[in-house]
Amino acid sequence: MQHASTDLVSAVTPIIERWKGEEGPLLPILNSILREFGYVPREVLPAIAEALNLTRAEVYGVVSFYHDYRENPPGRHVLKVCRAEACQSMGGEAVAERLESLLGVKFGETAADGSVTLEPVYCLGLCACAPSAMLDGDVIGRLDDEKAREIALEVRA
Amino acid sequence: MTASIYIPRDSGALAVGAEKVARAIAREIDARGLDARIVRNGSRGLYWLEPVVEVETEAGRIAYGPVRPSDVASLFDGDFLSGGDHPLSLGKTEEIPFLARQTRLTFARCGITDPVALRDYEAHGGLKGLRNALSQTPLQIIEQVTESGLRGRGGAGFPTGIKWKTVHDTPADQKYIVCNADEGDSGTFADRMIMEGDPFVLIEGMAIAGIATGATKGYIYLRSEYPHAHNALNEAIAVAREAGVLGGNILGSGHAFDMEVRLGAGAYVCGEETALLDSLEGKRGQVRAKPPLPAHEGLFGRPTVINNVISLASVPIILDRGGAYYRDFGMGRSRGTIPIQIAGNVKHGGLFETAFGLTLGEIVDEIGGGTASGRPVRAVQVGGPLGAYFPRALFDTPFDYEAFAEKEGLVGHAGVVVFDDTVDMLAQARFAMEFCGIESCGKCTPCRVGSTRGVEVLDRLKDNVEPQRQIEIVTDLCNTMKFGSLCALGGFAPYPVMSALKHFPEDFRPAPVRQAAE
Repeated sequence: MQHASTDLVSAVTPIIERWKGEEGPLLPILNSILREFGYVPREVLPAIAEALNLTRAEVYGVVSFYHDYRENPPGRHVLKVCRAEACQSMGGEAVAERLESLLGVKFGETAADGSVTLEPVYCLGLCACAPSAMLDGDVIGRLDDEKAREIALEVRA
Repeated sequence: MTASIYIPRDSGALAVGAEKVARAIAREIDARGLDARIVRNGSRGLYWLEPVVEVETEAGRIAYGPVRPSDVASLFDGDFLSGGDHPLSLGKTEEIPFLARQTRLTFARCGITDPVALRDYEAHGGLKGLRNALSQTPLQIIEQVTESGLRGRGGAGFPTGIKWKTVHDTPADQKYIVCNADEGDSGTFADRMIMEGDPFVLIEGMAIAGIATGATKGYIYLRSEYPHAHNALNEAIAVAREAGVLGGNILGSGHAFDMEVRLGAGAYVCGEETALLDSLEGKRGQVRAKPPLPAHEGLFGRPTVINNVISLASVPIILDRGGAYYRDFGMGRSRGTIPIQIAGNVKHGGLFETAFGLTLGEIVDEIGGGTASGRPVRAVQVGGPLGAYFPRALFDTPFDYEAFAEKEGLVGHAGVVVFDDTVDMLAQARFAMEFCGIESCGKCTPCRVGSTRGVEVLDRLKDNVEPQRQIEIVTDLCNTMKFGSLCALGGFAPYPVMSALKHFPEDFRPAPVRQAAE
């Protein structure tokens, strides 16, 4: 494990170097790490803290504050389903439940086979073509049972 | 002559298949050996018709929609490149009633131009405001903005000119323009649309703000849920920098202004301006107590203009046409236009920019066309998750900051979410509290604890445990949150809860006590 942790730290070093001279570098660093790894490994936080002259607690406090910063690796796919009001008004809750059962996973969890992580999102700005979702960065509107089945097929493929 | 075909790159269009349609059209152009080019424009905002495909003809643009990939061959067969007739033809785009009724000032170019082509932008009136600003003194620019009556479009409605004047008058070695692009309210997408569809107008507005206040650095704080807006902004900023619209010597004027986009990380509360500033600084997005105002001590303790996307994007037209031109639209103290976002369970969902003053009923019934489900409209939430639910009885309320406040509601960012008669208002009230709990920054007790207690109380009400008592508790709790919270998250969460309770009391009545069978 020590080895893996050292690898992670060396992988984030260029990210830290890229940003540490900029104003307010912490979020850009964490966002870059998230983009690179799909999560923010706890092992890299001390290196960030040291580079930015912050305490580990401060860095962890930031990581734990924001919903985006997963602390564990996600599944091969990440499906974010909007649970906010405009989507609710178009039957979004029923589709969300349908997706849970089709994917065999609850919101906030990753499927046992590692295929998909299902997350709630509060608005994708697609409120005039609700309900909506985002699969690995691709936006999906007018979500219905048929599209839910297509999503389930795609993530299992 | 090369034919021009417009297919939106707006994420609302992409979400319903615009990319597949674009690929099918490209294939068809190749296969038929046609002389045609595809322009990826923004959306016109007629989302029930997306994906909308437009062609440029001598008579103007002709629209077709909603287009599926399987329709593409028949469009070419029907000679749509010359505006040929087709079952999907919507006629001239500008004459579609939903568009024809609008007054597009801020969104004048959205859906018309290639969002990242500066030449297109200028050909459609872009940069005129900035050029005018460069020939004026900072105080003259601020005077125009003040005269226009522009108020913060993010929801607070604070006069933009006064904010700018304060930053102008505060001496500092560095000042900032921060654009609040953390559009997290459900039912709102105006910021997303303009950033994806006409990013230069935001860049121009921020540059003008910089010149007016003496700020040389701008940040757009963009929510991470908007990857397409992120790409469009970054492309447009690079183009603007290359063309000298941004940089050390704006359009050869000697003024310096540059900007960058910073992404959030999924925290709704960062849409609150002081939480946003903390987040930009690399901290937890916690709300600051005011004073000091951000205009005095904002980002990194420096004087900072923090404005919503639409506020900043409305500045170029004001500097182009003059403050009086903009002010002459609207009613009362709500001047100019407002991009109303009609969303949720509605037949004609989309963006409708118009002068303040339409009634809620006109917006929902006439323009929105009633519900998508065909059932009666029962409730309309205006202003996002912290906005009030309006019943039909209040449909005569005009769209105006003060008129909405009088009815214990808020215009907010002008999102209108329509619900049909299957909505359970107790469940909506509970969601408002739940959402507040999920997104609370945790700094103040009324919001952090009140939201959680609110969910519990409403659950007891649903379970019929001393219902009258629960209604009293939730009313009292809302009062505490409204007056005791540090910011609008805890302070406004009572709006949806109390409006639901007041206007839809039947949903809060105890269910008839179930008799044991036999």
